[in-house]
Amino acid sequence: MILYTVRRFINYLILTVLATVIGYVLASAVLSPAARFYGKNPRPSDAAIEASLRRLGVDPNVPLLQRTWEWMSNIFLHGSFGLENNLDPVGHDMLVRSGISLQLLLIGSLLGALLGVSFGVWGAVRQYRLSDQVVTYASYLILATPVFVFGVILMILATNFNDAVSKQVIAFTGQYTPGLDGTWNIVLDRVSHLFLPTIALAALGAAEYSRYQRNAMLDVLSADYIRTARSKGRTRGSAMVRHGVRVALIPMSTYFAYSFGTLVAGSTFLELIFSWHGMGELALTSITENDVNATAGSVFYLSILVLISSTLAEVLYAALDPRVRI
Amino acid sequence: MTEPPLLEVRDLSVSFPQASGIVRAVRGISYTVNQGEFLGIVGESGSGKSVSSMAVMGLLPRNAVVTGDVLLRGESLLGRDDRELSRLRGKEIAMIFQDPLSALTPVYTVGNQIAEGLMLHDKGLGAKAAAVRAVELLRVVGIPAPERRVNAFPHEFSGGMRQRVMIAIAIANDPNLIIADEPTTALDVTIQAQILEVLQKAKELTGAAVVLITHDLGVVAGNADRIAVMYAGKLVETGAVDDVFTRPVMPYTIGLLRSVPNLVTAGRTRLVPLEGRPPSLSNLPPGCPFEPRCPIAVSACTTEEPPLLQLRGGHDAACIRAGEIESGVLHPSDVFPRPEPVAEGAKVVNERESILSINGLVKHFPLTAGMVFKKQIGTVKAVDGIDLEIRGGEVLGLVGESGCGKSTTILEVLEMTSPQVGSITIAGRDVAELSKAERLSMRKDVQIVFQDPMAALDPRLTIEDIVGEPLTVHGTSRTERRRRVAELLDLVGLEHTMAGRYPHEFSGGQRQRVGIARALATSPKLLVLDEPVSALDVSIQAGIMNLLEDLKLQLGLSYLFVAHDLAVVRQIADTVAVMYLGRIVESGEVGEVFARPHHPYTQALMSAVPIPDPEAERSRVRILLDGDLPSPTDEISGCNFHGRCPLFKLLDPARQQRCLTEDPHLRVIDTTSAACHHVDQNTLQPL
Amino acid sequence: MALLDPTTQGEVDLTAALVDPGKAPRNSSRARLIWLRLRSTPRFWVGAVIVVGMIVWAIAGLWIAKWSPLDQDLINSSTGPSTSHWFGTDDIGQDIYAETVSGLRKSLVIGLIAGPVGTLIAAFVGAFAGYLGGKADAVISWLINFLLVLPAFFILVLLSPVFKSLSFLVLTAFIAMFSWMIMAQVIRAQTKSLRDREFVKAARFMGVGTPTIIRRHILPNVASLLIIDATLGVVAAIDSETALSYFGFGIQRPQVSLGVLLADGTPSATTRPWMFLFPAIVLIVLLFAVSLVGDALRDAVDPTSGNTRD
Repeated sequence: MILYTVRRFINYLILTVLATVIGYVLASAVLSPAARFYGKNPRPSDAAIEASLRRLGVDPNVPLLQRTWEWMSNIFLHGSFGLENNLDPVGHDMLVRSGISLQLLLIGSLLGALLGVSFGVWGAVRQYRLSDQVVTYASYLILATPVFVFGVILMILATNFNDAVSKQVIAFTGQYTPGLDGTWNIVLDRVSHLFLPTIALAALGAAEYSRYQRNAMLDVLSADYIRTARSKGRTRGSAMVRHGVRVALIPMSTYFAYSFGTLVAGSTFLELIFSWHGMGELALTSITENDVNATAGSVFYLSILVLISSTLAEVLYAALDPRVRI
Repeated sequence: MTEPPLLEVRDLSVSFPQASGIVRAVRGISYTVNQGEFLGIVGESGSGKSVSSMAVMGLLPRNAVVTGDVLLRGESLLGRDDRELSRLRGKEIAMIFQDPLSALTPVYTVGNQIAEGLMLHDKGLGAKAAAVRAVELLRVVGIPAPERRVNAFPHEFSGGMRQRVMIAIAIANDPNLIIADEPTTALDVTIQAQILEVLQKAKELTGAAVVLITHDLGVVAGNADRIAVMYAGKLVETGAVDDVFTRPVMPYTIGLLRSVPNLVTAGRTRLVPLEGRPPSLSNLPPGCPFEPRCPIAVSACTTEEPPLLQLRGGHDAACIRAGEIESGVLHPSDVFPRPEPVAEGAKVVNERESILSINGLVKHFPLTAGMVFKKQIGTVKAVDGIDLEIRGGEVLGLVGESGCGKSTTILEVLEMTSPQVGSITIAGRDVAELSKAERLSMRKDVQIVFQDPMAALDPRLTIEDIVGEPLTVHGTSRTERRRRVAELLDLVGLEHTMAGRYPHEFSGGQRQRVGIARALATSPKLLVLDEPVSALDVSIQAGIMNLLEDLKLQLGLSYLFVAHDLAVVRQIADTVAVMYLGRIVESGEVGEVFARPHHPYTQALMSAVPIPDPEAERSRVRILLDGDLPSPTDEISGCNFHGRCPLFKLLDPARQQRCLTEDPHLRVIDTTSAACHHVDQNTLQPL
Repeated sequence: MALLDPTTQGEVDLTAALVDPGKAPRNSSRARLIWLRLRSTPRFWVGAVIVVGMIVWAIAGLWIAKWSPLDQDLINSSTGPSTSHWFGTDDIGQDIYAETVSGLRKSLVIGLIAGPVGTLIAAFVGAFAGYLGGKADAVISWLINFLLVLPAFFILVLLSPVFKSLSFLVLTAFIAMFSWMIMAQVIRAQTKSLRDREFVKAARFMGVGTPTIIRRHILPNVASLLIIDATLGVVAAIDSETALSYFGFGIQRPQVSLGVLLADGTPSATTRPWMFLFPAIVLIVLLFAVSLVGDALRDAVDPTSGNTRD
């Protein structure tokens, strides 16, 4: 089983490296890093622009292959992802920002998975009853709402709520209020800022997972071994929980990997909506600002997330299903 | 006061509301099972036999409407809630299901699943004690090395072993009643014989009554005390096994018994077909449901459904002409007369011409592991050097259990590419030397009929497109195709007006006729018949078998007839080849091989086939094989059958040594060929 | 489930097997059966009526409007809904109703093209990979896996400088190009199992060519999956377009899509919510309705769904 997981990991590692390289090549080909100098007043001399670009390693006069090679070797030899347009090292910026992003992503997706699985099981067991219908329609409504729209709607609701209680209970700009004193205050403040984006992301995850889990459960509920368990003397409910849920969790690990991309994109949008200075912000602004190194760094970050989640899904799969353990 | 019977089913009806109307799956059946009795319930698919026993267990879907009553020792079970019933299930009544592959939860060990049943009914039992008991139960049902296997997962077991586990679960709490729903249908015949043996042993150990639900009359004949025949949701005949088998009264039972090919009598006379199909259970017309298929129906049959009438000695039958049949006025052979053979066709067949010749054919598959870095961890010797020969107008029966390599053999023939080793010659041409165009034209000469008539026909195409498909390859015009399709449908006994319909509008037997018509479209010389009747209900099989015999005579066809059912092969084949682990272990003229089999595997195979005759069954001594088919990757030195060979065990060590070291080759013995060193030592009696 | 997880096999439902040993109910073709099931599903009707209504509205909605999307009513800028401006106006006096209808039009066109196109790509890639097997399959599967590892949305954003200045059809094409992978995997798995089905084997042994087998036997037998995927693909495509446009990488003014309108409405969402909420509601209702239809289709097609299971 360990061998199997390691093999899968290596497979994903190759894909990740390739994705990162493609990201760099695409960014270099599509973005024009010189563009930001043209708007400047006074416009710097061509020589100055070229020197500046050369320093960043994004000079279009250098062959793309060579630039890519240099960028790659810098990562492997020096662990350096190059410099951003403002000369900050990309690596350092990514470290700070990913800390912020992961906070939202991890809490949101775990909460979402937990809620989704529970709602899915509940819906399947109570198939076609009112509660199942409510869960089903609610999840469709959430899935039909783009997550940034959901975020803005939450903001509107929070404003109304804050107005109603005449107090800033729910905060929704940035990750924290600067200049607060006292541990307790800081914790409360953080929670207050985390509240809305986490709800939005968890709702997205829960809606998606609950659909999958419900379908997986329905598949399992008509399985022969549920009948066997009942013929042994289990009641319907107990057979479903002990034999049904356990088996229905197996395909969920695959869906977890599939839908992780949606959640990453969702958390990117939420960061922007709620003015968090996370990786999502870096990823999108780097493109508008023609920052090749930061863009490539962002692709690297996203690929690593996929790498980790896919490997995790494989491990989970092997742990849940004895049939793939070899 | 007499003690109430163990199980009494009173006027039980089950119906399912559906969008298209109410499906009345079971329509008022009553029967009793006494302590320690063995009841066989026989019926074809859709007869309601499984649904009725699920109703007894209280395991029907919640939308099922159940009326009547089910009494266990006089206490009513119907209407009790799930919690109360769950206390009885597994404790008083246990059940064994058909498909052992899906009936065990894949994520728990078998030990776990046996212990679970124990602990559910004995709250005081600790996990350790339950595990110990689980090992004991596995030993009882004959699983080798139970201490080790108890921790294995279901997917690590073969089908037969899984069914043993199911039996272990069923007998865990010493139930009083075991319901076995087609417990051997998914298994090979030698494994079936083993499982039935285990079931009998389980019955003796627990003293439980057994209700065996099956479509196989042979299985009932050999095991049951009493038999109940179901048709269209009703019981149509019940009685002691001997009574019903020797003096059947209900025409349906008569038809069934006469249509089944019997290993002992097959091949000498034509089979008696039971035409038509069971009625739809959603809107039954009034009258006897068997009336449309019944050769002796009278006008009264269409107006009223006959009740189950008591004859003598606990023999009941539901037929208004039961009196005439019972008294002998109407003899079974009058009810279902044997059809006359058709005249041989005008087409001249050169019987010396070799249609198919296979020499030293080998097909090995590398078994690889790993995804990125593949490495070979073994070789599957699917076909390991076989010779076969079919001449003009001849039928070769290729017999063997699943995994023996017979499917690979026919695939190799049909692919028409150069084999790994050996040669395939079709109508005198070595397929390895064919050009692309020649191969395409050669495909006209060899066509195939598949096992499952549903899977073999594309559900999205009309019958006309299906039957005409082979002709599209050879550039036949549309009008010509249409004419030919009509001709072919007539030939296989279908109305050519049906050409515009879709496969799902046909019954299984009709679909198989469509499949045969398609195979005949290009006027082939050789038909490969891959288990052509094994997916069909027994009453349908006879009609298809007769059709195949007629076509052979009319069109001068040759058949490569692949089957696991020996009786069917006996019926149609001229020569037979028995295959085991990629080898032919015995071959010869069919009558000779069946009369005097020489290879112990052939003998065991024949001995495992149940015969639908209680008397014959009782007098038989079974030759049981040990264990399962070895994995085809195993390296076996010497004779590859020695691990399971019943003869091997009887031999002295010196002779055994030869089996262990020397690979036997086919050699002529009397009039057949067998691959066994010790034919002269063979004292086994197969039949 | 069977749609998304190629590994699970549909179980035969008990009563269908009772009616007929061959599983398929008599006297009604499969298409008719699906329609029968669909017809009795309320959420299909709710969804279908709304979708049709939205399409009609998108086509005819501007005829009844008092303003065109480009008109500027400067006297009434930034006002809430009124009899003159049903959905209110924005900062420069543009009519939100007219803009919403026009944005809906664009979003619908993009969704209705990109969804089915993605499905078509999935069908062909999946069917060929699954049918051919071997090396071709290995290469295609690897490519699909690779594309799944790529962060699709981010790559679209990265490519946005390329299509920003071009017609919205280029954007549509790019969206379709990044939306077929999962479905292609499903079709591939289905094809693999179909390839082993006897009617496909029979065709092969008759000498029927691969393209003909795929056209005649494979594609018709996965058609129901494709229809569902095309429906749900519409939702996914509109979603992608909205997100791209919302963050400034998709449709550019003066053209509008719902995403553009949402982006314009967001800064004042808490103070003048009509600029945000009307396009938002239209978008949500549209996507909700299409997914209802898709889901109802899935239930109708999937033999394992239905009320007979326990």
